[in-house]
Amino acid sequence: MIPAAARAWLLSEEPASPLQARLGVAYLGWLRFLRNPLAVAGLIIVLALVAVAALAPWIAPHDPLAQDLANRLRPPLSPGHLLGTDEFGRDILSRLIHGARVTLQIVALVALTAPLFGLLVGTVSGYFGGWTDTVLMRLTDIFLAFPRLILALAFVAALGPGVENAILAIALTAWPPYARVARAETLTVRSADYIAAIRLAGAGHGRIVLRHVAPMCVSSVIIRVTLDMAGVILTAAGLGFLGLGAQPPLPEWGLMVSSGRKFLFDNWWIATMPGLAIFIVSLGFNLLGDGLRDVLDPRGAGR
Amino acid sequence: MSLLEVEDLRVTFPTEAGPVEAVRGISFRLGRERLGVVGESGSGKTITGRAVLGLVRPPARLAARRLAFDGRDLLAMGEGARRALRGRRMAMVMQDPKFSLNPVMRVGRQLTEGLRLRDRMSAREARRRAIAALEAVRIRDPERVMEAWPHELSGGMGQRVMIAMMLIPGPDLLIADEPTSALDVTVQAEVLRILDDLVRERGMGLIFISHDLKLVSRFCDRVIVMYRGRIVEEIAARELENARHPYTRGLLGCLPRIGGPRGPLPVLARDAAWEG
Amino acid sequence: MAAPRVEISDLHVTFGQRGRRVRAVRGVSFSVAAGESYGLVGESGSGKSTILRAICGMAPVSAGSIRIDGRPVPRGRAFARLVQMVFQDPYASLHPRHTVDRVLSEPLAIHGIGDRDRRVLAALAAVGLPRSFRFRFPHQLSGGQRQRVAIARALMLEPEILLLDEPTSALDASVQAEVLNLLQELRAERGLTYLMVSHDLAVIDHMCDRLTVMENGAVVEELRREQLAAGDFRAPYTRRLFEASLEAGG
Repeated sequence: MIPAAARAWLLSEEPASPLQARLGVAYLGWLRFLRNPLAVAGLIIVLALVAVAALAPWIAPHDPLAQDLANRLRPPLSPGHLLGTDEFGRDILSRLIHGARVTLQIVALVALTAPLFGLLVGTVSGYFGGWTDTVLMRLTDIFLAFPRLILALAFVAALGPGVENAILAIALTAWPPYARVARAETLTVRSADYIAAIRLAGAGHGRIVLRHVAPMCVSSVIIRVTLDMAGVILTAAGLGFLGLGAQPPLPEWGLMVSSGRKFLFDNWWIATMPGLAIFIVSLGFNLLGDGLRDVLDPRGAGR
Repeated sequence: MSLLEVEDLRVTFPTEAGPVEAVRGISFRLGRERLGVVGESGSGKTITGRAVLGLVRPPARLAARRLAFDGRDLLAMGEGARRALRGRRMAMVMQDPKFSLNPVMRVGRQLTEGLRLRDRMSAREARRRAIAALEAVRIRDPERVMEAWPHELSGGMGQRVMIAMMLIPGPDLLIADEPTSALDVTVQAEVLRILDDLVRERGMGLIFISHDLKLVSRFCDRVIVMYRGRIVEEIAARELENARHPYTRGLLGCLPRIGGPRGPLPVLARDAAWEG
Repeated sequence: MAAPRVEISDLHVTFGQRGRRVRAVRGVSFSVAAGESYGLVGESGSGKSTILRAICGMAPVSAGSIRIDGRPVPRGRAFARLVQMVFQDPYASLHPRHTVDRVLSEPLAIHGIGDRDRRVLAALAAVGLPRSFRFRFPHQLSGGQRQRVAIARALMLEPEILLLDEPTSALDASVQAEVLNLLQELRAERGLTYLMVSHDLAVIDHMCDRLTVMENGAVVEELRREQLAAGDFRAPYTRRLFEASLEAGG
């Protein structure tokens, strides 16, 4: 798999550069990850989603928006339409493939913004304590007090429907758990001797929080993010389903479930196929998150 | 017949960088005597104790030519039988009582639970036995300690409670893994005396695992010195001053003494040949 | 005569607010001369480590004073260049995600000191670690090696006073000997002043010229090394520590 020389270089007990040291640790984590077959399955699903999204125009058999009323409501396995067609005769497989792009866009944008904000709020809150902590955490509590979808609905209602606003609304509702996780981690880290040592070396608060405390919280947050991705996809789908997220004719999976529900009894595949896609991708992220937990857990950072 | 027979015991841990053998073929026998197992961290002494008790879990692998307790082959025994043996005839006292007592259960309940569930004893009888056990470890006010939560006990008190709990079923073999290392020096002596008396009175076999060679030699009949998963020397405790292996001698020599010379302390020059 | 390097007078440290107050240190006084090695001995809860933390400004001083060279203790970077500390547990005192190189160069970065490559390599050499350890992570080091890194870190800013909080109690006996020898060498080479805390009377006796025995936050007695070796002490508590130390190995 990996040539013996590269393996020896990675596992070297005497790395010659910071890069080699880091890669060595990453490689050990990767080996630990590989021991968990379910996590590998999750990773494959997520990678498949990325690949499908990237190659959508080339692998989709039809134009996802092209209507063909003569061929409407074809069941799965019809000639030319592997997963059948919907009420306008559009190819469901092609719509699912292009829908992967929308899903990935939502996931990526939420995963980039919400955790960073949560991490910042959580570490600052936990590190400084006192009034800072009280104010930031009560704010977090307010956000946590509302069900996620309801709050996202309120934001979208205020901002107007559309994919961009749905992403914004989801990000705005997604950060509080990350702030909580980061704060909990910070509370255990802040009294550690290595933090006392760097404080004794004269380091300022900003440096301690950003360079010494935050890195210890990142892995917990990453695990949480991966596990939350299923929820994000479902919320996006939910918003789409309610007509407040992506707008027709965009092939968004939640929207496809929503429009298929009218035909659920006679033409089950229209709602079921996108539902299955949501299910599989959510499952993939969950399995991946579980696997990452074993690899990234700071307490298991040894060997 | 020996109480415990260990022959060519090996324990291997798989790691990402390949398997690591923590115990590499050790053999010893134990009668109704006190055996010290001494070594530094990483010598495999704790894992040896856990292997005898059957607490080595996958993915770690255990292999031995023979591992027998009171003539019964432990390797051929099922997990249920091992557990029954651990409850009644083998017991272990660990380093830190903080981690060995259940923090959300009163001491009294922890002491009597085994008696009531395993031996189907009445609440009254179990309580009587538990109080007797606490008195045996010289706890002055056993009634009060029975009602206490573990966090209300001092380190020395907690360790005595642990010893009492282990001794209630009257085991034949007691494995004590650094039972006093977490305690203050003035409390250590007291706990050791209690342990010593109990072992003597009840005629148990004792495996005393420690990093402290001098302590072990005062307390045991025989001492096994381990280094990197192997036994480098086995010696009668009285003869320790005449130990021959350079590692044993090095361990004895490297401690500072009150009023000792001020120069650099002698350090161990580790020799690859010791790993055999 | 010059002011003592470190002077603690009638120090009180009290934790907790209203209601539950723990008086961890109660009226402790002693002074350490420049270049001296001074020991604090006691068991858990005696307040010995709390005194070190109070010097670093990490414990609330409720009364009394701490003076260095006759002046109040400076804070921030000035303090960092004067006083450093070595912690008890080398498994907890190194950042688990930082390489040895990062651990050692961070104090230099904070103080804007250049020439980092040379200084890091010199520090590794000073504590007897090979150059090849530079990019290892703490989990790739043994306890003794970690403690050497921690000592090297404490010396990066070339402080004059080193606070040693049970620096060898988490180490094996043979490793303890190596680390104690290293600390002795460094003190001789650099003329450092040590204030060392330990529960082990023999270790303090080996390292220090004078010592204070503490119990429950208060001073039991102050002794010179010769007095300890000769058994010339009055307090029964000191005798108990002394006897326990003769019995146990370490």
